[in-house]
Amino acid sequence: MQVSVHNLSKSFGSVRANDRLTLRFEAGKIHGVLGENGAGKSTLMKLVAGFLRPDEGVIRFDGRDAALRGPGDALRAGVGMIHQDPLDLPAFTALENLLCATPRSAIASWAEGRRLLVELAGRLGFTVEPEMPVARLSIGQRQQLEIIRLLARGARVLILDEPTTGITAEQTRALFAALRQLAAAGNTVLFVSHKLEEVAALCDTVCVLRAGRLVGEQMGMPVPQAVLLGLMFDTAVAAVRGAEAPPAGDGGTLEPPVTRPVAGEVVWRLEGVTAREGAVTLRNLNLEVPAGRVLGLAGLDGSGQQLLLRLLAGHARPDTGRVLVGSTDLTGAGSRAYRAAGIEYLPADRLAEGVIGALSLSDHFALQQTGRLVDRRQAERAAREAIAAYGIKATPVTPINALSGGNQQRAMLALVPPRCRGLACEQPTRGLDVASARTIWHSLLARRADGCAIVFASADLDELIEYSDEVLVFFAGQISPPLPRAQLSVARLGELIGGVGFAEGGTT
Amino acid sequence: MQSTEINRPREPQQQPAMHQWFETLRLPLLTLTGALALTSLALLSTGVSPLQAYRILLFGAFSSPGRSSDMIMLAAPLLLCATGLILTFRTGLYNLGVEGQLALGAVAAMLPLRLLPDLPAPLLWTLCFACAATGGALWALLAAGLRLYAGVSEIFAGLGLNFLASGLALYLVLGPWRRSGSASMSGTELLPRDLWLPTINTLRLAPLAPIIAIAALAIVWWVVRRTRWGLELRAVGLNPGAADRLGVPAHRRIAQAMAACGFLAGMAGAIQILGVFHQLIPNISSGVGLLGLLVALLVRADPRWVLPVSVVFASFTVGSVQLPLALGVDSSIAGVLQGALVLFALLARGLLARPG
Repeated sequence: MQVSVHNLSKSFGSVRANDRLTLRFEAGKIHGVLGENGAGKSTLMKLVAGFLRPDEGVIRFDGRDAALRGPGDALRAGVGMIHQDPLDLPAFTALENLLCATPRSAIASWAEGRRLLVELAGRLGFTVEPEMPVARLSIGQRQQLEIIRLLARGARVLILDEPTTGITAEQTRALFAALRQLAAAGNTVLFVSHKLEEVAALCDTVCVLRAGRLVGEQMGMPVPQAVLLGLMFDTAVAAVRGAEAPPAGDGGTLEPPVTRPVAGEVVWRLEGVTAREGAVTLRNLNLEVPAGRVLGLAGLDGSGQQLLLRLLAGHARPDTGRVLVGSTDLTGAGSRAYRAAGIEYLPADRLAEGVIGALSLSDHFALQQTGRLVDRRQAERAAREAIAAYGIKATPVTPINALSGGNQQRAMLALVPPRCRGLACEQPTRGLDVASARTIWHSLLARRADGCAIVFASADLDELIEYSDEVLVFFAGQISPPLPRAQLSVARLGELIGGVGFAEGGTT
Repeated sequence: MQSTEINRPREPQQQPAMHQWFETLRLPLLTLTGALALTSLALLSTGVSPLQAYRILLFGAFSSPGRSSDMIMLAAPLLLCATGLILTFRTGLYNLGVEGQLALGAVAAMLPLRLLPDLPAPLLWTLCFACAATGGALWALLAAGLRLYAGVSEIFAGLGLNFLASGLALYLVLGPWRRSGSASMSGTELLPRDLWLPTINTLRLAPLAPIIAIAALAIVWWVVRRTRWGLELRAVGLNPGAADRLGVPAHRRIAQAMAACGFLAGMAGAIQILGVFHQLIPNISSGVGLLGLLVALLVRADPRWVLPVSVVFASFTVGSVQLPLALGVDSSIAGVLQGALVLFALLARGLLARPG
């Protein structure tokens, strides 16, 4: 079945996730959809699969307009999506999952369901078996079950969103073989990925999204990697921007002078740390972050940067190895001990983990007080000072959830106590406009000038290059050596993020 | 299960004055209309004039000094429970175990009465209240421990512990503490008269009970408004993760809020023993804890409204006692009205909070 979209747009708040996309995916082919984090790939796929409704534009299946009210409509039309996190019932067996997700009209009996499952699994080379409880399946096998379920329900278009995250190399090979087979049988496969080598190995065509727009349309593979990277990360523009900027920082209006604090004092030291969280494992990591250093963490979401940040702040504990803050061994200590040692963690999801939405800035300062009674006047004064110093658009008593994202982020930064010596920030400028991002960095660099070490993860390559002294690139739990700022370029970073240059088979 | 929607205040948006008036009145109007409509329907279906029934429900408790005394002696433990629940609600906890905490407080209050009956009465009462409060707090800490260390929701932990506490009271009444001669479901031996909390004349009103309850409310009110601890409870209730990141020891605050609520519920148990029943009966809580939950739900843990709503609920219950004689309807209609009020308050809040 041919899938096409015309002038498709979708906004979330002020962000245009998809901006007038027009695309056509022919039947019988595997189509790669490339783009960096936040480029709008997942939004596009969710629109086609009925999980989201477009603001404008039409989706056509085989040339006929499809008004999708939900994923059920899409599936009845023959379009099924496999999510990054499988949507299944872990307490059931594979067969039970298949049966309860399929109407009686499609599978009439248990026997038929079992036969279908075994037959499809055999044909596609999958290892999932009917009686296996889903809770004990690997992510790869759960994905196989999802594919079988969609095929059993008559899907002729399969959408896979980052399907190779967290599955073994063996399962990846089986998946690719199955997808080729399905395409050869006339099905349409949409393969969303950021891994260039996988797209090169699997796809017949590729299109590239950047910032919600289509920047590379339906190119027949093979396309040279450099071209794809250029489209994904807009290297041409970045190179020009880099040339214009004076080396001391652009304009110099906001950036404080780069004063190097006394070198030598180490804020964080990781020795042989191995840690695991979800599908990501960091192995034998050795790292030293001196005072006044800004360390950028690059990589796609979930490649291990978040885990490292959480390790640095005591929100995750290493399985083996040691974590030292200053000269104190804090291995296995809780986040409270890290906080006492001067480490602050700024999460990406501000309202979920960072601040308390219903409370005001002055309430937050009151929480930071040490007396038994709340000193309202002191709290309001502190809030007023923070509002002035960080340019927060709020009154001391405005609830935080009434502020814009940028102001929330500033409020979170303002709450970092002055004695802080290590800041672990996850995406400090996510979702902020350029001006807000600059003020955030202005305050971060002011902290750095006071000797604070900053480790931050970001999806924005320009941000990484502009503000980091060194960058670590993460790819599926593997980490590059520290790359000094002087050696960095958007193109080089893009390659590394896409996995070029990393040893194969690191995904477990 | 940790839903904090109910006690999360909706921050008013900036709007013109006229609109604001309507906004603030909308909720109580919707609640009252809905609750009265539902209760009237129940009354009409049994062939009773709703107006007459409401007259008795509303004013019955004030028709004689005796009834007013009963109302106050019900309102006092109710107020203590609801006051304790202010703390747990703010911390985002549904302390359904308040009923059992009250019962265990009552059992603990019996200990000094049985072991040291010869102490001077004021000292004995002090001991009773201390034991009751400790017992209630420990029972609540048990629920908190299950929640924090075993991952059992405080709702289910509380429910289970309620059964245990009332089972314990029943066992004591029928077993070790039974009346000399015959074991009876009706309770243990009555306390000697001089150990009852002193009353006004021959009324059942023991002034100490409402005084303690109002003092407790005043203290809790001050604590939640003025102390950092009170603010921290609210922070934990709104977002435990972020509170933790901001340096609030969330686990400790959860345990403390539960213990404080159990402490006050236990005091309510001591009032039931010393001032209301003067003996341990199997159903020593007589639903006061659950009624306290309704009060706390209705006022959304706002200390300003706990006293008036407790009094109104207590007068419904006391007034309803006359319904069977006067109109031939069951007194449980008071429960229908109380429940309907809470239900419609929640419903109205939900409807008004919906975007668009």
